[in-house]
Amino acid sequence: MKLVYFAWVRERIGQSEEEITLPPEVKTVAELLGWLAKRGDGYATALEHAEAIRVAVNHEHVDHTARLPGDGEIALFPPMTGG
Amino acid sequence: MACVPDIRVQAGDFALAAEVERMTAGRRDVGAVVTFTGLCRDEGGRLEALELEHYPGMAEAEIGRIAGEAAERWPLTGLTVIHRFGRIAPGDNIVLVVAAASHRRTAFEAADFLMDFLKSRAPFWKKEHAAGQAEQWVDATAKDQEDMQRWRR
Repeated sequence: MKLVYFAWVRERIGQSEEEITLPPEVKTVAELLGWLAKRGDGYATALEHAEAIRVAVNHEHVDHTARLPGDGEIALFPPMTGG
Repeated sequence: MACVPDIRVQAGDFALAAEVERMTAGRRDVGAVVTFTGLCRDEGGRLEALELEHYPGMAEAEIGRIAGEAAERWPLTGLTVIHRFGRIAPGDNIVLVVAAASHRRTAFEAADFLMDFLKSRAPFWKKEHAAGQAEQWVDATAKDQEDMQRWRR
């Protein structure tokens, strides 16, 4: 699975993307955020307020209850401030 | 039939007059063109520049979904959305929406709708560069969310 990060999520995690293999018990977006937060200090800081993190799967917004796809690109980022 | 929106995500600037011309050239059915231009402001002289980060691929896709919804909801004759990324100085353009229709209300509403959804749904993030200060990400506001809720039905 490819993970991509943007804005302050990217800065706090310390990289813009990575390939990861998820354990089988991580099935939803919320579970992914919880699992990632335990991977190190940068992750913990980035995902401290998990409810504020926005997630997209294959370029589409999803909510935290969504099931993860078998493969593809998952993006984590802060609330958007374009326009 | 719904119009096909023209979506562009680019580093370079855009030209308002040229975009309006493109919308109306050779047509006799367009009665109204509404444009919205968003610019970088200097926040009382404090701001040196904005850095706009975006999610390539999703930015185009999400703006396309919002524009597609607008084109379904209002009978538009044309719709163009251009959003810039990268470093943008005060006074420079950030975003352009051009909505064309037979009647003004349609064009006004579609442009307004587009901007409300772009602010909260299009994957762009602004970082402020100010003299003598650390760089700072701009926070999303509750107002942005409320603006989007206006269009619920």
